[in-house]
Amino acid sequence: MADLQEQISKACPDVQIDNSGQWPLLTVANATWHETATKLKEQLNFDQLMALVGVDWGDAIGVIYYFTNTQTGDIIHVKVVADDRDKPYIHTVSDLWAVANYQEREAYDFYGIIFVNHPDMRRFFLRNDWVGHPLRKDYDANPELNPIRLDDETNEDYTCRYVEKDGKVVKIDGKVFEDDEYVINVGPQHPSTHGVMRYRVSLDGEIVKKVDVVSGYIHRGIEKLCESLTYPQTLLYTERMDYMAAHINRHCLCLCIEKALGIEVPHRAELIRLMMDELMRLSSHLLSYGCLTMDQGATTAFFYGFRDRELIYDIFDRTCGARMSMSYSTIGGVVADVHPDFITDVRHACDVIEKNMKEYHQLFTGNVIARNRMIGVGLLSKEDAINYAITGPSGRASGCHCDVRKTHPYSLYDEFDFEEVTRTEGDSMARYMVRMDEMVQSIKILRQACDKLEQEGAQGEYIAKVPKMIKLPAGHWYQQVEASRGAFGVYIESDGDSKPFQKPMRMHFQSPCFNLIGVVDLTCRDNMIADLITITASIDFVIPDIDR
Amino acid sequence: MKHEDFKDNGYIEDLVAQLNGSGVNVVVGKADQLMNWSRSNSLWPFCFGTSCCAIEFMCLGAARYDMARFGAEVARNSPRQADYIMCQGTITYRMAPVLKRLYEQMAEPKYVIACGACTVSGGPFKNSYCVVKGIDEIIPVDVYLPGCPPRPEAMFYALMQLQRKIKVTKFFGGANRKEKLTYSPQGAKAE
Repeated sequence: MADLQEQISKACPDVQIDNSGQWPLLTVANATWHETATKLKEQLNFDQLMALVGVDWGDAIGVIYYFTNTQTGDIIHVKVVADDRDKPYIHTVSDLWAVANYQEREAYDFYGIIFVNHPDMRRFFLRNDWVGHPLRKDYDANPELNPIRLDDETNEDYTCRYVEKDGKVVKIDGKVFEDDEYVINVGPQHPSTHGVMRYRVSLDGEIVKKVDVVSGYIHRGIEKLCESLTYPQTLLYTERMDYMAAHINRHCLCLCIEKALGIEVPHRAELIRLMMDELMRLSSHLLSYGCLTMDQGATTAFFYGFRDRELIYDIFDRTCGARMSMSYSTIGGVVADVHPDFITDVRHACDVIEKNMKEYHQLFTGNVIARNRMIGVGLLSKEDAINYAITGPSGRASGCHCDVRKTHPYSLYDEFDFEEVTRTEGDSMARYMVRMDEMVQSIKILRQACDKLEQEGAQGEYIAKVPKMIKLPAGHWYQQVEASRGAFGVYIESDGDSKPFQKPMRMHFQSPCFNLIGVVDLTCRDNMIADLITITASIDFVIPDIDR
Repeated sequence: MKHEDFKDNGYIEDLVAQLNGSGVNVVVGKADQLMNWSRSNSLWPFCFGTSCCAIEFMCLGAARYDMARFGAEVARNSPRQADYIMCQGTITYRMAPVLKRLYEQMAEPKYVIACGACTVSGGPFKNSYCVVKGIDEIIPVDVYLPGCPPRPEAMFYALMQLQRKIKVTKFFGGANRKEKLTYSPQGAKAE
């Protein structure tokens, strides 16, 4: 830690470093931000931008960046404040970390922060005729300004760029597609886009030249809603973002709040949470198997995947009382102890799925059509995966060691014996195979967890003593977990308000799928248009998790 | 299921009274019955899954729940081939014109099931700046199905309610001529 601080102050002498939190906080002036960022990346090797959080502190607007060094696992965060609150300008870092491209567009949409030199400064979630920037504290929520518009939205063929010229920021118009390009529309409403995602695809014959992602068809404004709720109330939204990682997302938010409050969670509760997380991962990968196969025309395989998911749903149903959106984890533990048959059920599900894994491979993995459509298609190199902050199975298929359970162990993962599955090919087949192999690892974890839970006895302490009113001290916290599709992060900033029902000042969810959507253009380019669907299916994103 | 096992039988009884009151001759009446029986047992859904409910809908299509028992397994991706929209998931302001347009592209007679809390009222996202507070603000709804998300069993219940509704409509000169009626989005609730 001290080492890192020394290195930073040596490379960037004009930066203030605050070491009071979990990770060093750097405060950088906007004028020197791009220069400092270049040094951070090139000299100190912070090669991955984990999260980019726009924040409105009331008197100032700025951005907090979380960087990680994928080799050493060091994390730093950087605070950059815009000079003028009404017309906030911050220099872009999208030329250094490609993932910042969409992240900065999100911050522009939410806060109106203009990123100077960003190549494509359009809104990301909201319609282009939207009035105002909703997450600003001075946003006018008058419904007359933004009614439900039932007229069709015009296509955004024009984009713009802001550049610095003689100390002033000027706007330069640009185009998304050239006049002679042949552009077709895919989505927003088609099952094969796995939700409501829209692509505008420029074609040359059958070859994809460029994909323009139009997102926001399921943008529900969760981050803004969280600012009007108390901490226990915000928990429910985590399950409705990536509903295939409901337990895991909720676990993450609970961990973040517990970290802020300093609550020690009982061992049993953490064990139950971990088991639920792994069951969720199994369920998610089975769904992903089902959808990937169905997108290639193998409807039977879809039924096989869904047959086994029902076993996991039954376990959730018996213990949590719901098949989906379980609302099981809570601040300090879990809401109730497990069902008496829980361990038997989990063991049974593990046995059945392990046995059926062979069937999946026989049915699909060796199939000549599947192999031809997946091997060597949709390549993503390791460098790109790091640059675009691709985590989860898709990142590991490109050879990144990005499993948060191994790199920054949380919960009880360091007590368990399992392997991080990685491959090096980086194609659709590798992404598919990583998921299949991860299911085996999840089963391995679950079996160990069953033994541990059995040793704890039939009943035990499942929730810690938590104050009735959850009040966080002033400060900010970030927590990451390994969700089904990659690293899921929660950022909480509290102003330490002393009123009885404290509300978060800012709550940001760094979803893995948001980063995954960033590589659609990269992986689909120069492939056939028919492979667009299989590539996106193998990348496997959940749209509500992107849009939030 | 028997008639008395269903809840909310009032509106079905109203429809029956309406049907009996209008007076139709025997031939058209019998043809109506035949039409309605066949239509209610081959309802083709239009996939309109935006979020969580869509996953439960997929379970409905898969082996354990098997929607095919109700003749409703032929999920269509084109509105022109579908009989009803089962709207699963939140509808945002950006999606609203798309939903309306797809609804208008469907051929008459057409039906809408609002599946899940979000489509009924906005659900947990009711206070959001860009979520439609119930799809009945945009399109007429036949069956409201609460739940977040509803269980597959509940989805079947909604499907059966829709079947019952279809069975007591006047098809000739009624449901198949419905396009002449205009629907105003402001104020008016579902028919």
